[in-house]
Amino acid sequence: MIPSITPTATPRKTALAKFSGHRLLTSPGGLAGAVWLAALVAASLTAPWWLPYKTEDQDFTAVLSGPSAAHWLGADELGRDLLSRIFASAAGTLGTSLITVIVGVGLGTILAMTAAASDRAEGIISRVTEIMMSLPGTVIILAVIGAVGTNIPLIMAILGILISAGIYRVMLGQAKSLQSQLYVDAAKVDGVGTLGISVRHVLPGLMNTVVVQSALIFAVGMLIQAGLAFIGFGPPIPQPSWGGMIQSASQHVYDAPWLMVPSGAVLALTVLSANAIGNALGKSPNAAASHLPSAAIRRKRAADAAAAAAAAPAVENAPAAGQLSVRGLSVGVDGGTPLVTDVTFDVAPGTVLGLVGESGCGKTMTAVSLLGLLPSGVSVTGGQILWNGKNLASATEKDLEGIRGRDIALISQEPMRALDPMFTVGYQLTAAIRRLRKAGKAEARAAALSLLEKVGIVDAQRILKSYPHQISGGMAQRVAIALALSGKPRLLVADEPTTALDVTVQAEILSLLRSLVKDTGMSVVMVTHDLGVVADICDNVAVMYAGQVVEGGRTASILDNPRHPYTLALLAADPHANTAHDMPERLATIKGQVPQPKDWPAGCRFAARCQFAGSACAVPVPLLPSGSEDGEVRCVKADELAVEGLGWLATEVPTHRVLEIVEKDMA
Amino acid sequence: MSIDTVELEDAEAALSAPAMLEVKDLVVRYGHGRKAASAPAAVDGVNFTIRPGETVGLVGESGSGKSTIGKAILGLQKVSGGSVSFQGSDITHANSSRRQELGGELRAVFQDPNSSLNPRKTIGASLAEPLRVRGVAAAEARSRAEDMLERVGLPREAVDRYPSQFSGGQRQRISVARALICEPKLVVCDEAVSALDLSTQAQVLNLLADLRDERGLSYLFIAHDISVVQFLAQRVVVLYRGQIMETGPAAAVTESPKHPFTQALVAASPVPRPAEQAERRKLRESLGVRTAAAVAASAGGCPFSQRCPLATDLCTTERPALRSVGQSGVACHYA
Ligand SMILES: Nc1ncnc2c1ncn2[C@@H]1O[C@H](COP(=O)(O)OP(=O)(O)O)[C@@H](O)[C@H]1O
Ligand code: SF4
Ligand code: SF4
Ligand SMILES: [Mg+2]
Repeated sequence: MIPSITPTATPRKTALAKFSGHRLLTSPGGLAGAVWLAALVAASLTAPWWLPYKTEDQDFTAVLSGPSAAHWLGADELGRDLLSRIFASAAGTLGTSLITVIVGVGLGTILAMTAAASDRAEGIISRVTEIMMSLPGTVIILAVIGAVGTNIPLIMAILGILISAGIYRVMLGQAKSLQSQLYVDAAKVDGVGTLGISVRHVLPGLMNTVVVQSALIFAVGMLIQAGLAFIGFGPPIPQPSWGGMIQSASQHVYDAPWLMVPSGAVLALTVLSANAIGNALGKSPNAAASHLPSAAIRRKRAADAAAAAAAAPAVENAPAAGQLSVRGLSVGVDGGTPLVTDVTFDVAPGTVLGLVGESGCGKTMTAVSLLGLLPSGVSVTGGQILWNGKNLASATEKDLEGIRGRDIALISQEPMRALDPMFTVGYQLTAAIRRLRKAGKAEARAAALSLLEKVGIVDAQRILKSYPHQISGGMAQRVAIALALSGKPRLLVADEPTTALDVTVQAEILSLLRSLVKDTGMSVVMVTHDLGVVADICDNVAVMYAGQVVEGGRTASILDNPRHPYTLALLAADPHANTAHDMPERLATIKGQVPQPKDWPAGCRFAARCQFAGSACAVPVPLLPSGSEDGEVRCVKADELAVEGLGWLATEVPTHRVLEIVEKDMA
Repeated sequence: MSIDTVELEDAEAALSAPAMLEVKDLVVRYGHGRKAASAPAAVDGVNFTIRPGETVGLVGESGSGKSTIGKAILGLQKVSGGSVSFQGSDITHANSSRRQELGGELRAVFQDPNSSLNPRKTIGASLAEPLRVRGVAAAEARSRAEDMLERVGLPREAVDRYPSQFSGGQRQRISVARALICEPKLVVCDEAVSALDLSTQAQVLNLLADLRDERGLSYLFIAHDISVVQFLAQRVVVLYRGQIMETGPAAAVTESPKHPFTQALVAASPVPRPAEQAERRKLRESLGVRTAAAVAASAGGCPFSQRCPLATDLCTTERPALRSVGQSGVACHYA
């Protein structure tokens, strides 16, 4: 039956709390900005109760005066108290900017969601917004002022409409990618209408951008209001407003320059606050808290590894050229969890080693450590990677650069990632050949052509001229292999090179790799989770589970005569192991899932999922000779299981079979 | 010309069980307006039926139109020609309110466990959505969601969690729960297990088989991996460039494929037994099927002709009709 699994993490807070509050609070600038805006609004709304003067009170003794005990920020040309006027009018000024935000961001978002929901709408909206963006905004605003006077709310609304075209541009891509998510398809199948989808599934995903854009547009709105006021298009005189104050201050720039300072400073602070809030909210959550370990820890790790390598006994016999021997390799997060422990294997020239196991078992970490390409924050913590007798685990970056691409090359699961979308295949291939083989231009060009032909590309001339997006996945993987071969490597590390491909293309790529191994004596470390691929191309195999090799040896002996319960289980779960006639009613399963590195037990790491686990399995289990050929297995019960001929049990078949009822009905 | 002729051999069953789903001469072109009219068809004259309780597997290479057929059935892609009927009624161009009625009985499980659940909604909210659309009260929807989670092997408490707190396999089980929560008759599974590890894939395949047997469900099971298909499907439809190449009982199609493309497809699927795999590899190499990479789009004739080792002049000029060979329907002049 299906095992029940309890999810690990604790429930999170609401989506809203997730997207805003936290980020704002952790950014000092954003927090300060938010406090300033909140204080401004609060002060403005409560102004009648605490302000020292009414906004229209005139003190003729203080006309155009600077700061004084009676008027902290001075007084204007009619002797009105600036402090009182600035705070009393704050809410109004912020409010008019808010009109631009609501109209601009609101309209832009609605347009983006509408366009994302329908191709036809997108065509129309995109054309209209293009026209809007090409209109001269200033001219339109001035024309409106000419027609209806300085009606600030109306002007700010029109400004919002003009800005919405830009907002639409910003949001469209994101809205489209949300719209193409499978959960949107699922909701459509449920019968949720277009509007429901936009509101329930697209809008929540856009909220973050909406908030960020709102903060930024808010700042723009403030500035434009001030700018209009400065050139004389402020709000009608009697009501206090920041724009109005700036406008009147601008008429006294020479005789009372101070007048500009209070309103200008408050405006500047407010604009800065809005920008700071926008930046804080827009920052990706990871950008703030870096997970990178300190340089000191990394250096210490490297030094430790080098010391360990130096202390280790020298390799006995002089190694053959192209011999890879990995000895007790451990890889871990700096200053923390181990990810791969005590991995040992050999790859002789002209042979293929398979690293198999489920995702999260450390296959890729093991593979990329061979090239010194571990992600940042992860490093080799012990053991040796001996390449032609040289320990790559303690090699310097410079040494590794000399080896990477030339001696040891890598192909990855996503071939497109190896290719730069900006350059043609031919450019990238010849550049690599010129660098790695120190060849001239014409020579490199010829070599590129012959490499492409070698990897089975028939119309190589055309492919050379193509950009990566113009070729199919199978073709891209061939090109990636050609790229990897450009330095004539002795060892190819291939991380799931065929997983993303069709079986027909996979078969061709495997044939290609096989003939390369045969013709050039190159060796391959092949990471895969497909036991059929292992059977097809690997001479030897190492089955990995939770960062360890649990079984290793010759492919034929391991697949035909598996000893470790995990290997037994993988084979029993694989529908490829059966034909239509001997297909079981139910496939075997392994309960639970691969444990996270931090949860590895001290004893056998497979124990929690193993059908044969017992008390003897609670102690660390060594990798021991399995007795069949030169195989090794890490299981205390391996011999017992082999003797008794026990296999991994398939799941039970449910007793009540509705199908039988259906068949009865049909009879 | 349709595979109905083939099915007549199964006449008795066909008569006593009306089709759950019937796809007739389906044509789908992407794009709209004039662009669509001139675009090559992504799906080109496809016919098949699914009977109650039956699982039909749809296989083919990527880009062969498998997903497009699934989308056309689900109303996610506009149909350019032909028809789709569900339980006897034509749903080819059903509007959204008709789709809403259908939504309960016609459901889907999609490939990517990462994007088939809304990351911003709790599992409970995602599971309840199809029920709430149909006016089920919130409290009842929640308790049904909990029951369904339990049925797919997850704790009831999962209703309050978010998708990111589950592994790929668990999420795929949640997608299955979401599809089955309103007691559907037919579920379209598009590459529903392709992104999963072996042991998780086996769990989800078993779950689909259990639920089918418990509830008499029909599946359209879309996958590029013919071995996965043959575990679940009674019948298999093999697609190439939007056209059916071969269709028939799963055992016949996978064990004695008649069409050169099906032969290539079966031979390319590797088995985890080294000696047998070596044999299969030899067989595959001896077939002499040309690589897809070398081929430009074919004009008329057999869509497979540029890769086919048996192709003749006839193959490049005349499209072969689907005709019955043994238990199967095969679209090849020389099968
Ligand atoms: N949204 C789309 N717009 C245009 N062409 C598409 C779109 N989706 C798929 N296609 C094309 O339609 C054909 C069939 O695709 P699809 O149904 O996805 O195949 P499969 O599911 O078998 O991989 C392919 O040629 C593909 O490139
Ligand atoms: S050591 Fe014990 S738990 Fe581990 S695989 Fe062997 S039998 Fe299973
Ligand atoms: S019709 Fe001709 S080209 Fe097409 S599959 Fe048959 S033999 Fe090959
Ligand atoms: Mg698809």
